[in-house]
Amino acid sequence: MKVLVPVKRVIDYNVKVRVKADGSGVDLANVKMSMNPFDEIAVEEAIRLKEAGKAEEVIAVSIGVKQSQETLRTALAMGADRAILVIATDDVHQDIEPLAVAKILKGIIDEEQPGLVLAGKQAIDNDMNATGQMLAALTGWAQGTFASELDVDGDTATVTREVDGGLQTIKVKMPAIVTVDLRLNEPRYASLPNIMKAKKKPLDEKTPADYGVDVANRLEIVGTKEPEARAAGIIVGSVDELVEKLKEAGAV
Amino acid sequence: MQFGLSEEQEMIVSTVRSFVENEIYPHEAEVERTGQVPHELGEEVKRKCIDLGFYACNFPQEVGGAGLSHLDFTLVERELGRGSMALTHFFGRPQNILMACEGEQRERYLLPAVRGERMDALAMTEPDAGSDVRGMKCQARRDGGDWVINGSKHFISGAEHADFFIVFIATGEDDTPKGPKKRITTFLVDRGTPGFDVREGYNSVSHKGYKNYILAFDNCRLPDAQVLGEVDGGFEVMNTWLYATRLTVAAFCVGRARRCFDLALEYSAERKQFGQPIGKFQGVGFQIADMITEIDAADWLTLAAAWRLDNDLPSNREIASAKLYASEMLARVTDTSLQIFGGMGLMDDFPIERFWRDARVERIWDGTSEIQRHIISRDLLRPLGA
Ligand SMILES: Cc1cc2nc3c(=O)[nH]c(=O)nc-3n(C[C@H](O)[C@H](O)[C@H](O)COP(=O)(O)OP(=O)(O)OC[C@H]3O[C@@H](n4cnc5c(N)ncnc54)[C@H](O)[C@@H]3O)c2cc1C
Ligand SMILES: Cc1cc2nc3c(=O)[nH]c(=O)nc-3n(C[C@H](O)[C@H](O)[C@H](O)COP(=O)(O)OP(=O)(O)OC[C@H]3O[C@@H](n4cnc5c(N)ncnc54)[C@H](O)[C@@H]3O)c2cc1C
Repeated sequence: MKVLVPVKRVIDYNVKVRVKADGSGVDLANVKMSMNPFDEIAVEEAIRLKEAGKAEEVIAVSIGVKQSQETLRTALAMGADRAILVIATDDVHQDIEPLAVAKILKGIIDEEQPGLVLAGKQAIDNDMNATGQMLAALTGWAQGTFASELDVDGDTATVTREVDGGLQTIKVKMPAIVTVDLRLNEPRYASLPNIMKAKKKPLDEKTPADYGVDVANRLEIVGTKEPEARAAGIIVGSVDELVEKLKEAGAV
Repeated sequence: MQFGLSEEQEMIVSTVRSFVENEIYPHEAEVERTGQVPHELGEEVKRKCIDLGFYACNFPQEVGGAGLSHLDFTLVERELGRGSMALTHFFGRPQNILMACEGEQRERYLLPAVRGERMDALAMTEPDAGSDVRGMKCQARRDGGDWVINGSKHFISGAEHADFFIVFIATGEDDTPKGPKKRITTFLVDRGTPGFDVREGYNSVSHKGYKNYILAFDNCRLPDAQVLGEVDGGFEVMNTWLYATRLTVAAFCVGRARRCFDLALEYSAERKQFGQPIGKFQGVGFQIADMITEIDAADWLTLAAAWRLDNDLPSNREIASAKLYASEMLARVTDTSLQIFGGMGLMDDFPIERFWRDARVERIWDGTSEIQRHIISRDLLRPLGA
């Protein structure tokens, strides 16, 4: 079985984001970019499936600017076998929308015929939480979203989902799309030998046209604003005072 | 001229940095408070590092290392410099002088050191011989086919965890026109060798938990098999291999300075006095500007020296310049950062006071700033007959 793992290049989670002066988005020029943390978890899970003998090949895909190649190298250094880079724009500020990404992934699935797609549940830049679901709709495959546990056995996958009320366990027929949540695993560091090998692993370059997909944005960003600054807190002297203040604030 | 890092180098940097942030930072305060690295913690860092293939990455592949270039290894050291030295000690970088091992010494010292099974420490300094290595009194005399060692070494780092020691010992004296000159030989000394004792050293304000020890030799008998390199070839061994430690000090200083600077930068943007962030006052803003300029300068000086080594260019002076400038830069950066933190900078609630104390030793060990200036100036003046 092949496992396909889409990985997105996003602003590093440690970077303090700055909204661009014109409000069109977040300033991405000269800031540190990294792999979307949820995608790292997906890569880790795919590699573990391979190590457990349940997958033969792990293919990482990234869709975006050419620099996404670095993100793919990281996936290769973690242990993915090969990579596909779909250069969809040369503007670091153009975010390729979930539907376009899902359509391109559909094209790749048609060519590669993976048994499983492991994707992050969302990208930390725009929090869309849509690509996996849209891909399931386009392929007609089963989906298991927000996975905190995954067990693959023959042609079924058992997915434990983190839902609002707690945990839900579902069984899905493979091939399937699984989107992963934070608690699924702890991604490994790239080992030094794997870092050195990463460059020698195949990385194919493609364009959206290869899959007949138009990546022009359909959504218009009307504005982007910094979150409201949090109001200063107060220190209370006793539990009684705490209860009193909470009552005053109408919280209890 | 190509100033960017390759993709591999970027990944090496980001992996080592995440390792230090996740595996080292959380334990630093405890190590600092107790002045100790718990045995299990040291072993855990070591095991993780071995699993990642980074242990002994300064060694060539044919002996089991990763075969990193000097430049790549300097990047590793730079990122490690962010973390507590007491802990990053276990991110093993054995002394590359061990490459001088021959025959069965390879099985007994070199290979186990690269595998992380045996740790080493290096001993040159004596109470009466610091900068003046040749002034050493620790001596070995022939007795039958063996050597008998007497004397002591002090300030020996890593001795606590070392299974064996690389020790420079006087094995004779030559008369020269400038007066008598010691001949020096390098010995490999196992912990537990009769007549050899490792004793608690002094308490240093820098790098708590990375302790220094005293080595005492009292009629310690060593066979010829313990000689590393040639008899009387100690200076040759030093000159061939010891340049590397100066470069690692420079790299350490750059990494540490960036960590310290980032905290000061953030603080100067957040701390408000007189109704505005203190960074907006030119007095503080200009300090920020000076610091980053010096850090970048030291970074490039260090990487350029490493690059020269990789390209077989003369680099003795360049390494000395990097060590000198980076260590003095770190002193200024930690001091200025502490100033920006105001009174809180002195308190152990923040790591700034620790960085400030740690920085002090960098201008002393592996050749003091004065000795680096001596090396640099002699390199320039000797050819002119001065
Ligand atoms: C914490 C710590 C750990 C150490 N770890 C090790 C270790 O693992 N192994 C090891 O072998 N050594 C180690 N050292 C020793 C270190 O390398 C020496 O401290 C250093 O070489 C300086 O020697 P010294 O302290 O005896 O100072 P001295 O040599 O006595 O110097 C005193 C002062 O005189 C100046 N001076 C000396 N000669 C000259 C000159 N010719 N021109 C101008 N100025 C001069 C020096 O710059 C310095 O300012 C360690 C030291 C410390 C503090
Ligand atoms: C050990 C200790 C004991 C003390 N004891 C006492 C005591 O007994 N009683 C008491 O009242 N206080 C005491 N203090 C407080 C001390 O006086 C303050 O720490 C000092 O005034 C600096 O204030 P701060 O630490 O809040 O730094 P900040 O005022 O926050 O300064 C931070 C940095 O910003 C710089 N800065 C601030 N404003 C400007 C500006 N306009 N232009 C340029 N740069 C600026 C400062 O120079 C500094 O580098 C003590 C402090 C310490 C560390």
